[in-house]
Amino acid sequence: MTTNALKVETGNWIEVVALEDIPQLGSRVIRTDTMNIAVFRTAGDEVFAMKDECPHKKGPLSQGIVHGTSVTCPLHNWKIDLASGEALGPDEGCTNVFPVKIENGIVHVDFQNR
Amino acid sequence: MKEKLVLVGNGMAGVRALEELFKHETDQYDITVIGAEPHPNYNRIMLSPVLASEKTIDDIILNSREWYAENNIELITGDGATEISRVKKAVITESGKEITYDRLLLATGSNPFIIPVPGADKEGVIGFRDIHDVETMLAAAREYKNAVVIGGGLLGLEAANGLMKQGMNVTVVHLLDSLMERQLDKPASAMLKASLEQKGLKFLMEAQTAEITGDKRVTGVKFADGSEVEADLVVMAVGIRPNIELAQKAGIYCERGIVVNDTMQTYDPRIYAVGECVQHRNECYGLVAPLFEQAKVAANHLAQVGSTRYEGSVTSTKLKVTGIDLFSAGEFNEEEGDEAMVLQDPASGTYKKLVIRDNKIKGAVLYGDTMDGTWYFQLMREGTSIADFRRTIMFGQHDLGDAGHGDAQVLALPDSAEICGCNGVCKGDIVNAISKKGLFTLEDVRAHTKASSSCGSCTGLVEALLASTVGEGYDEKPSKKPMCGCTEHSHDDVIKAIKQHELKTMPALREFMVWKTPDGCAACRPALNYYLLANWPEEYEDDAQSRFINERAHGNIQKDGSYSVVPRMFGGLCTANDLRTIADVSDKYNVPEMKVTGGQRIDLFGIKKEDLPAMWKDLSDAGFVSGHAYGKAMRTVKTCAGKTWCRFGTQNSTGLGVKLEELTWGSWMPHKFKLAVSGCPRNCAEATIKDFGVVCVDSGYELHVGGNGGIKVRVTDLLCKVETEEEVLEYCGAFTQKYREEAHYLERTAPWVERVGLTSIKACVVDNEEQRKALYQRFRLGQKYAQIDPWKARAEGEASHEFTPLKIAG
Ligand code: SRM
Ligand SMILES: Cc1cc2nc3c(=O)[nH]c(=O)nc-3n(C[C@H](O)[C@H](O)[C@H](O)COP(=O)(O)OP(=O)(O)OC[C@H]3O[C@@H](n4cnc5c(N)ncnc54)[C@H](O)[C@@H]3O)c2cc1C
Ligand code: SF4
Ligand code: FES
Repeated sequence: MTTNALKVETGNWIEVVALEDIPQLGSRVIRTDTMNIAVFRTAGDEVFAMKDECPHKKGPLSQGIVHGTSVTCPLHNWKIDLASGEALGPDEGCTNVFPVKIENGIVHVDFQNR
Repeated sequence: MKEKLVLVGNGMAGVRALEELFKHETDQYDITVIGAEPHPNYNRIMLSPVLASEKTIDDIILNSREWYAENNIELITGDGATEISRVKKAVITESGKEITYDRLLLATGSNPFIIPVPGADKEGVIGFRDIHDVETMLAAAREYKNAVVIGGGLLGLEAANGLMKQGMNVTVVHLLDSLMERQLDKPASAMLKASLEQKGLKFLMEAQTAEITGDKRVTGVKFADGSEVEADLVVMAVGIRPNIELAQKAGIYCERGIVVNDTMQTYDPRIYAVGECVQHRNECYGLVAPLFEQAKVAANHLAQVGSTRYEGSVTSTKLKVTGIDLFSAGEFNEEEGDEAMVLQDPASGTYKKLVIRDNKIKGAVLYGDTMDGTWYFQLMREGTSIADFRRTIMFGQHDLGDAGHGDAQVLALPDSAEICGCNGVCKGDIVNAISKKGLFTLEDVRAHTKASSSCGSCTGLVEALLASTVGEGYDEKPSKKPMCGCTEHSHDDVIKAIKQHELKTMPALREFMVWKTPDGCAACRPALNYYLLANWPEEYEDDAQSRFINERAHGNIQKDGSYSVVPRMFGGLCTANDLRTIADVSDKYNVPEMKVTGGQRIDLFGIKKEDLPAMWKDLSDAGFVSGHAYGKAMRTVKTCAGKTWCRFGTQNSTGLGVKLEELTWGSWMPHKFKLAVSGCPRNCAEATIKDFGVVCVDSGYELHVGGNGGIKVRVTDLLCKVETEEEVLEYCGAFTQKYREEAHYLERTAPWVERVGLTSIKACVVDNEEQRKALYQRFRLGQKYAQIDPWKARAEGEASHEFTPLKIAG
């Protein structure tokens, strides 16, 4: 998406964690002073970051089971798409996602629009 | 380049196959649908309620034109296919369009059979098959008075009922002496006839139609015996014939129907066929449930994830005439050597008959009260032995330990009645979703409304609503239920394959069994992880990422994301020091709430995840281990005061409870597993609603299994009586291991015992010493690896990433 590309250029990237410190098909939680952010790693080493809050009842998505490129919320099993933050299937709702890049094995997240 | 897929027949089976294809998220085909009718796909089953003015045409559209557009399907309506050129690989339509294909799917349904008597081609003589027929009937009802329906089967009676509702004077003509003779025995058939007569229908039985009279339009029907009735409309509902004309013309091999193999391929491998037009293993089907199974298999093959086969279906029927409840399945007339169970109550108008052979249900007829139809049907299809509950089977499933979720009344409830207590879903919401969104399965309803998707106690109610709203289209249980959307294999298939082919890792298992998703989903991963762990305790390395968060973090996640901590108290016993430790820990970590649980120990609520390891360390230093209050695991052993103190105690129930807990703690299970030991039959520890319960008596110990409190209370069955504590431990270990090895993941002992039957469990655990000892041995072996306290390990640093957040300032 063009807006994303724009962000990459002007973005303010922050180093958060080494890729190898996130378990495959798992996540880590980043605690900022305003919110928790979940950083997920898929089986194919793709990394995604989103607000750690389910669009349903704010369940901590970081605690869910990761499969493919989605995560199942631990509280009531909503399935959330990691790339878009949108609820999949018949459920409706969306969580904020943040751009991610990996450089030299280090995950960077752009929190600008936090 | 994409391949071209052409579907001929825009009806229920064909479009279902496309929907199944889309579930595979394949983008392999450019799709064209050719339909002879001018409408998008609609629910043909619901034509009866439309005729009876209970529904409108709009209500029964399953796939709107927008749906076709959204899925990039080119839709041709009102222009039937007239020819298939297999050389050119093209379909030619009536208007002359020529559409080429790489794969062709035929789903042309069937045609009503019109009896070839003189006059059968007169105006006003029709079948009952499509919207056009219904419109013709409705128009006739406005203008004319007398209708004759030929055929006293399902379709005929539904047509007759509808026409009568439209104010016509209706006579049903039937060749034989009893109605619906293919579904009903004589008594049920007679009851049906009586209630339809009461509603106002007239019947001419054993009447053979000889001629349709009239000029241009029909005026009457003449019979072989010379008698005659007046008629302005004649509906022929005497059967259907698979519509094979198009296929036959193209030289595709047909008999009664288009002949297909188990992958729904015709003799031309590019051409598939599904639905009523098909003949599979010599059967042609006329109900949607089997057709939907066929559609799914065809779709899998089209999506090239073809590992499934269609192996035929057993069907059941219900009559959709409002106010008449009728269910029928299988062989309902007993043959030599069969037994028939009959329950008849003329006052309430109910009649139930089961035909039993070798303790298995072969057929069922229910009239008046059909709530248990789906249950009997399931027992019949799965060939379950009813030996253990023969005495009560006629009273229905409720009699099997259901704590009052009576669903017989569900249909009478108002729309505002809450059906699903967990998600607050009302009856009206569910019925609406079913009819508006065209839902057919329990899974669909769960996905769209959330009803029955949590604790599941309302599943029976939701199934009842499905059955009554969509009629027979509701395929409550496919003959083999896949584990989840990632596979076609059932739990049993997986359990068998793991053992037989020595599959020892998840990737190996998924590859061997052709999983559709690369790394499974939140439903199958925990199950596979458990099965591998239970089968290969020495080798399999537990996969934390395949565990639900509670088991991964070894505490119960709370609604606010905090956790609870429940230390184990063996047998519910504790010392002042234990309590002091818990009190100190609670102070140290500012525990907001403490509570004595129903499992005889103490719950500390509201713990921050990052505090867990430190807190566990303090508990561990004082000798506590995890209580596994969060796991599909052995939970607690409840005990009572027992012989040491109680004036009624016969044995040392607390001591035995501690020994049992020492034996079983830490064990992972298909579901939670609870034990209890009571010191006498007063049973203060409630041992008879536990997965494994012991009731001490003077002469020894009664062992009880398969009970639970919870959603659906079930009282245990008595396994046997033993004399020593050693025996209690051995039988307990053996029973537990059998459950661990054979139950489906998330199946508690109660439904497991009901599914496999107590008799089969006894045969192995009680009657066969060798097998019992071997099971016990395997249990002990597993425990060697399971009894490592997860809290202590994590307090010492294991999986620390799980508990340490990354902090970022600003
Ligand atoms: C803490 C406790 C309530 C209490 O304060 O007493 C409790 C709490 C929960 N129970 Fe329970 N159950 C507790 C005793 C019971 C009992 C009573 C007993 O064991 O004697 C029952 C009925 C008996 C039985 O299980 O047969 C019980 C029947 C259930 C059920 C229904 C199980 C069923 O088969 O129908 C569930 C739902 C489930 O497991 O899917 C459940 C689920 C839960 C969960 C785990 C819900 C969840 O998934 O988050 C609750 C966790 C709360 C938390 O965060 O800690 N809990 N639960 C009890 C813990 C006992 C312990 O020491 O480990
Ligand atoms: C009134 C009524 C009530 C029923 N009630 C029940 C019930 O309660 N439970 C149950 O399980 N089943 C019931 N059925 C049966 C059920 O509707 C059928 O089994 C099901 O619709 C068959 O699906 P199909 O796709 O094979 O055929 P259809 O749904 O008939 O679809 C075939 C389509 O192909 C079209 N077609 C045919 N030839 C061509 C051609 N050459 N070119 C283009 N298009 C063509 C037809 O016009 C039709 O639209 C009922 C049927 C009727 C009529
Ligand atoms: S503790 Fe048990 S009964 Fe209470 S709300 Fe939770 S699951 Fe329901
Ligand atoms: S909070 Fe995530 S599903 Fe309910």
